[in-house]
Amino acid sequence: MRDVDASAIVDAIKKLCMEANYDLEPDMLRAFDRALATERSAAGRQVLQTLKDNARMAQTKRMPYCQDTGVVVCFVELGQEVHLTGGGLDDAINEGVRQGYTEGYLRASIVRSPFDRVNTGDNTPAVIHVDVVPGATLKLSVMAKGGGCENRSKYRMLTPADGLEGVKGWILECVRTAGPDACPPLIVGVGVGGTFEKAAILSKKALFRELGSPNPDPAIGAVEREVLERANRLGIGPQGYGGDTTAFGVHILAAPCHITSLPVAVTIECHAHRHKEVTL
Amino acid sequence: MIKAAPDGIKEVTPPLSDTDVASLKAGDRVRISGVLYTARDAAHARLFPLVEQGKPLPIEVRGQIIYYTGPSPARPGAVVGSIGPTTGGRMDKFTPALLALGLKGTIGKGARSQTVKDALRQHTAVYFGAIGGAGAILSQFVKRLEVVAYEDLGTEAIRRLEVEGFPAIVVNDCHGGDLYEDGVRAFAREDA
Repeated sequence: MRDVDASAIVDAIKKLCMEANYDLEPDMLRAFDRALATERSAAGRQVLQTLKDNARMAQTKRMPYCQDTGVVVCFVELGQEVHLTGGGLDDAINEGVRQGYTEGYLRASIVRSPFDRVNTGDNTPAVIHVDVVPGATLKLSVMAKGGGCENRSKYRMLTPADGLEGVKGWILECVRTAGPDACPPLIVGVGVGGTFEKAAILSKKALFRELGSPNPDPAIGAVEREVLERANRLGIGPQGYGGDTTAFGVHILAAPCHITSLPVAVTIECHAHRHKEVTL
Repeated sequence: MIKAAPDGIKEVTPPLSDTDVASLKAGDRVRISGVLYTARDAAHARLFPLVEQGKPLPIEVRGQIIYYTGPSPARPGAVVGSIGPTTGGRMDKFTPALLALGLKGTIGKGARSQTVKDALRQHTAVYFGAIGGAGAILSQFVKRLEVVAYEDLGTEAIRRLEVEGFPAIVVNDCHGGDLYEDGVRAFAREDA
């Protein structure tokens, strides 16, 4: 067994929250450049250039790329040979979020109850997913997930008869109906298979993959490519002002499912695609 | 007041008259200077009952522009943190009543309902789009900030901003024009 102290988790989460909000990943910056080279719409190019400038300014001034600094979604891969000391896992993650958001001048966007809607004031709690895996390390993957795009995420239970064409059509329908509201260019996370809740979690997990790197299964990779090309023919464009760059990527994760089922969950992510990982 | 700058961008300074608003067309780029009021979900939820009961509002909306935003906290010495637009459609339920009181413009991102678009025509008002997610860049155009109502709402409080050259684009004009619909029409390909 290897001891990992809760304070190490607090410090790591605090740092990840701040860096995710200030420093867009290099794959996103490359995506802006690629789109600037191909976008036909002048208004679209102007948006892309502004977003690129915005990323640079956020990084330099240590201010958040977007004022919606999101709900913290944290995926934990907990090695089964890790022994946590000095406190609980969820408490440590939430303390890291609290410190990161208050000390990092990040917006508190979480209400304590969906009914009374009183802001918790420090962006806690995070949404936490834990997988126990072999090994003696602890991997923390953090995403600051914006609300505007999350509100356009959708789920549909297709039938086996709907098949692959049904899946493609549903993903495109989600992109089309997200439209300008979700701040395109989008990254589209898709979970296919599993059950109702499994598909939804996979659709979030899919977003952590490096932008543009295909699913290792070539058949799924081909679907990702096709749906991305078709999404970019919808004409929505950057910010919905019209154009060819509606999505930067479509990432699919698949899982076994019941003989009756074809669950498809689609998480819509905006260009403020903020995520960071660390292994302790 | 609205006047065209030499670079083709329209300089917009509230308060706006019906004639000002009527001169704006979907797709026009604008720079806004002067006062903007921020309000989003929670502030609208408090304003709406006051409007319905005919009670006075904490801000004068006649001729003014409301910016749908909830800024991030300012670092010491800064006027504001990041301050980009939030989704306008969530305010659809409340917007026609404010337009009826003389509100002339709103700034957000994302599509508005047909009811709001009809109300823009009826009351001669305009919906501007600012670039969603460009919160750091947009902070540069905010020169002063003051919380004027509902301080307990934190980021959702009503703030009075003084802006200079704040960049936006006309999404829905008062003539039925819609930038989002025009954009898709111009760039959609048949085989999507």
